[in-house]
Amino acid sequence: MSEGSIKEKLQGILEHAIADIEASDALDRLNDVRVNVLGKKGELTAVLKSMKDVAPEDRPKVGQLVNDARMSIETKLEEAKAKLEAEFRERKLAAEVIDVTLPAKKANVGHRHPNTIALEEVERIFVGMGYEVAEGPEIEYDLYNFEKLNIPEGHPAKDEQDTFYINDEIVLRTQTSPVQARVMEQGKLPIRMISPGRVFRSDEVDATHSPSFHQIEGLVIDKHITFSDLKGTLEVFAKELFGPETKTKFRPHHFPFTEPSAEMDVSCFKCGGKGCRFCKGSGWIEILGCGMVHPHVLEMCGIDPNEYVGFAFGVGLERIALLKYEIDDMRLLYENDDRFLSQF
Amino acid sequence: MNTSLSWIKMYVPDLDVTAQEYTDAMTLSGTKVENYERLDEHLEKIVIGQIESIERHPDADKLIVCQVNVGAETVQIVTGAPNVKVGDKVPVVLDGGMVAGDHDGHKSAEGTRIKAGKLRGVESKGMMCSIEELGSTREFYPEAPEYGIYIFPEDAVVGESAIHALGLDDTIIEYEITSNRVDCYSVIGIAREAAATFGKNFYPPQVKATGNSENAADYIQVKVEDTELCPRYCARVVKNVKIGPSPKWMQRALAANGIRPINNLVDITNYVMEEYGQPMHAYDLDTIAGRQIIVRRAGAEETFVTLDGQERKMDGNVLMICDAEKAVGIAGIMGGENSMITDNVKTVLFEAACFNGTNIRLSAKRIGLRTDASGKFEKGLDPNNAQAAIDRACQLMEELGAGEVVGGMVDVYPEKREPVRVKFEPERINDILGTSLTSQEMLSYLERVELAYDEATGEIVAPTFRQDIHCTADLAEEVARFFGYDNIPTTLPSGEATTGKLPFKMRVEAVARDVAEYCGFSQGMCYSFESPKVYDKLLLDKDDPLRRAITIRNPLGEDFSIMRTISLNGMLTSLATNYNRRNKNVRLYELGNVYLPKELPLKELPKERMMFTLGMYGDGDFYDMKGVIEELLDKLGMRKRPEYDPKAGKPFLHPGRQAEVCYEGTTLGFLGEIHPQVADNYGIGGRAYVAVIDVLNLLEFATFDRKYTGLAKYPAVTRDLSMVVPKQVLAGDIEHVLMQRGGKILENYQLFDIYEGAQIKEGYKSMAYTVVFRSKDRTLTEEDINGAMKKILNGLQGLGVELRQ
Repeated sequence: MSEGSIKEKLQGILEHAIADIEASDALDRLNDVRVNVLGKKGELTAVLKSMKDVAPEDRPKVGQLVNDARMSIETKLEEAKAKLEAEFRERKLAAEVIDVTLPAKKANVGHRHPNTIALEEVERIFVGMGYEVAEGPEIEYDLYNFEKLNIPEGHPAKDEQDTFYINDEIVLRTQTSPVQARVMEQGKLPIRMISPGRVFRSDEVDATHSPSFHQIEGLVIDKHITFSDLKGTLEVFAKELFGPETKTKFRPHHFPFTEPSAEMDVSCFKCGGKGCRFCKGSGWIEILGCGMVHPHVLEMCGIDPNEYVGFAFGVGLERIALLKYEIDDMRLLYENDDRFLSQF
Repeated sequence: MNTSLSWIKMYVPDLDVTAQEYTDAMTLSGTKVENYERLDEHLEKIVIGQIESIERHPDADKLIVCQVNVGAETVQIVTGAPNVKVGDKVPVVLDGGMVAGDHDGHKSAEGTRIKAGKLRGVESKGMMCSIEELGSTREFYPEAPEYGIYIFPEDAVVGESAIHALGLDDTIIEYEITSNRVDCYSVIGIAREAAATFGKNFYPPQVKATGNSENAADYIQVKVEDTELCPRYCARVVKNVKIGPSPKWMQRALAANGIRPINNLVDITNYVMEEYGQPMHAYDLDTIAGRQIIVRRAGAEETFVTLDGQERKMDGNVLMICDAEKAVGIAGIMGGENSMITDNVKTVLFEAACFNGTNIRLSAKRIGLRTDASGKFEKGLDPNNAQAAIDRACQLMEELGAGEVVGGMVDVYPEKREPVRVKFEPERINDILGTSLTSQEMLSYLERVELAYDEATGEIVAPTFRQDIHCTADLAEEVARFFGYDNIPTTLPSGEATTGKLPFKMRVEAVARDVAEYCGFSQGMCYSFESPKVYDKLLLDKDDPLRRAITIRNPLGEDFSIMRTISLNGMLTSLATNYNRRNKNVRLYELGNVYLPKELPLKELPKERMMFTLGMYGDGDFYDMKGVIEELLDKLGMRKRPEYDPKAGKPFLHPGRQAEVCYEGTTLGFLGEIHPQVADNYGIGGRAYVAVIDVLNLLEFATFDRKYTGLAKYPAVTRDLSMVVPKQVLAGDIEHVLMQRGGKILENYQLFDIYEGAQIKEGYKSMAYTVVFRSKDRTLTEEDINGAMKKILNGLQGLGVELRQ
């Protein structure tokens, strides 16, 4: 066979193949073309097999020609394949359009109780200031709930009207303050601690009262603690909890276990202090009681009041939760209605 | 405690502040003002007018037409009031003025504007007012007619302000007095604070010596048998008593404090009680047998008729005031009917005593009779105040012409109360407050409230009415109050740094909360106390140890009478609440204590155990609940397989769907489906599931340490085990065999199919496990696997398990 006739034949195969490739509208068609031309029994392979009939001196040249043809076809095939694949993907993507506004599939994560959310806020603030969190028993000795807190026998604060008694010596704690006494007695100084927990008072259930509620007690005992430290600390607390614009006001008050004692008001976070229904027009909201630990209390808990001083404060957790989340009925906190809890 | 601002001003005449200024400043200096009420709110343009003529209304039988001189002019006013006549002086609201209420006594929120107009065709310009229209009541103005226009006395000046004449140009201040400031339960006490707060002079009432040349001791003898309960008893006598109304100024002052005027004698004792904070009692001396007062404890079963006509039972701790024959009063609480003052009284015995506050409080409670007097006594009064008060009462008797005061006072006062002295240490006061005040500044604040400095001893002398002053801290508070809490600087504590942290238990609780919430449970809160009936609802045996609960001595009722020993009641009640409100698919959890007594009655504190309680109904079943527990254990680093014992023995759970959860041999808690009977008892329809885990038991195993063990390098080999298993054999039994016999190379196993039914023979179920083997250090050979599988199969055969073909 002559070089010329082979060239001619190759030209024919090439043209035919390209036409077939261009006519292919699917990947399998393209594959058919590859098999028909380049496969073991393909046309081009047949040409290659007929090389034995070519004069030896022409073989390099003819081989070159065959290879060129193969290269051209393969390139065409690749191009066509890439194009078809791209088209196929386009079509697939177009077909896979979804309605993104259909409902989400949620994990239905549960909700934390508003009391706990408020508690964690308070804990975060004080732990950040170096306070340890401590706990104490809810059923407590009268000794710790009253006597060691400077509330002796016969004191009106011990009245059965407020306190649930188990017997003469054991009560349901009416405040978290007994934890103060217990921590002080351990004698590890200095002390910076808060103690959250459940307390009990003999109040009938209504929108603003519950026989069981929660307090957070705070206690700092060190060598040079002053009333101004108490003010500064609680001011930081108020700003952290209610926002940086919050103002505080300290009013003299009386608690048996602190002296001097104070109540702290914060500027109403609803109206900013202008006066509204929320703060009953005063611009202020009463938030906590506090004071310098009474020297008798220090003494009774084994701390020398001439060397150590300290301050203490107590916050009602429900009060904060109700105010912060604008809950208008305390009973909701203990009903555990899912529609209520899901709002937090 | 209420006072009118005008009464305060009687002792602090220079006080010139608005009610709001007064409120703010007093609150900041420690006398908290809760509220104030202006008596002249919504009262405008109201003057005293005099009726000059009255004619009938031409068109209305019940109306009359009056010409009323209001000072500047004479106006025509039509009224329907039945009680007016020519010459009467009456309050008149002028055209454009305002009144506070209608004549039925209803106050309107905004007041009522009065405008000139026509009444049945006749011009009327203004309105004559009843006391109710002026915003008050006959209770405080007893001279006012029941229906009709208020009539002024003849000396009232026409054209002047009727508001002023009635004393309505005043403000009632309501205080919250703290229990340590007994002295402030009196007008004088508050006035002293007001003077100190505003830096004005304080002028307490000047009590003059009173009395004729006779001696009270000739009229009455006093014997105090129990001086501990009665540290002081003062008695004075007034004879030739003339009962009549008290003057208007006194009536107004009492009314402002919420006390109804009655007659001169009663009003004087009440006035002095308000003024001095010292309750007084007046006896008809002619009813006192033997002219003798004996103060003693009541007999055990003694009964006594108080002046309200009630017979009351005493006990041996109640202090009685007696005469030679009988009891005439319950000390400090209420007088007796038998010695009551009547309009015919001739000679009055005044008593001003000091009783033990705690005893009065407890007695009043036991008898069930709390009075204004007992309310004051129970705070513990200053015995030195008693004499001042009784002298003041006698002075008022004399000044008001209510009787002839007998000279002298019978005074039983064995142990005189002396002022407390506290060392004045200005540097310590500055140390407590964080201030740098000079001693002069401090002394000037202390002097304002009569805390005098004794230079000779360097001490502050606290008058006996200041029972709250005992130590430097108390003086620091006094200084701070008048320096101003707001003026104290704000600093943060200095000193040794401390690390803030949560105790381990609270960290574990936080993980429990997180896991529960990830699993769809919302946090609830339940009461710690409940009803003993709960145990029946939960089907607990009569002798179940959980019934041994701590009882509250004074509960709010049976439903809140015991401290819970099991957390389920709260959870089931909450689920029922949700079920009743048609909330779907509810999942709740709670972290709260149960209280387990070591012995009953309680001698030492009970064990308080924190329970992690989960409850749900709707979507989800036993295995979902089990999944929550296993998630929790995983997050707490408890990576061993927990064991589940179906014989949990919980009567409140479905007998075939309950398990105790054990970890390393310790019971952590239980889970299960609520017994349908219990679900019925609570009113929960459908199946509900609960789990209760004892947090303290978790603490033993929980850890936040984690160790990386490397990723597997060698391939795993899996084998499927398809079995026919006797029905009573549990998955746990099979897994037990897998674990024990799989050897070191057993990596994991997983149940992938379980089936009971048609193709399986009776009494059997089909189960299929994938078992995964892997070695850490080499590729496993066929022999390794076959060896392990053989051991496993032998073990399974022991359970009666057959391999499926």
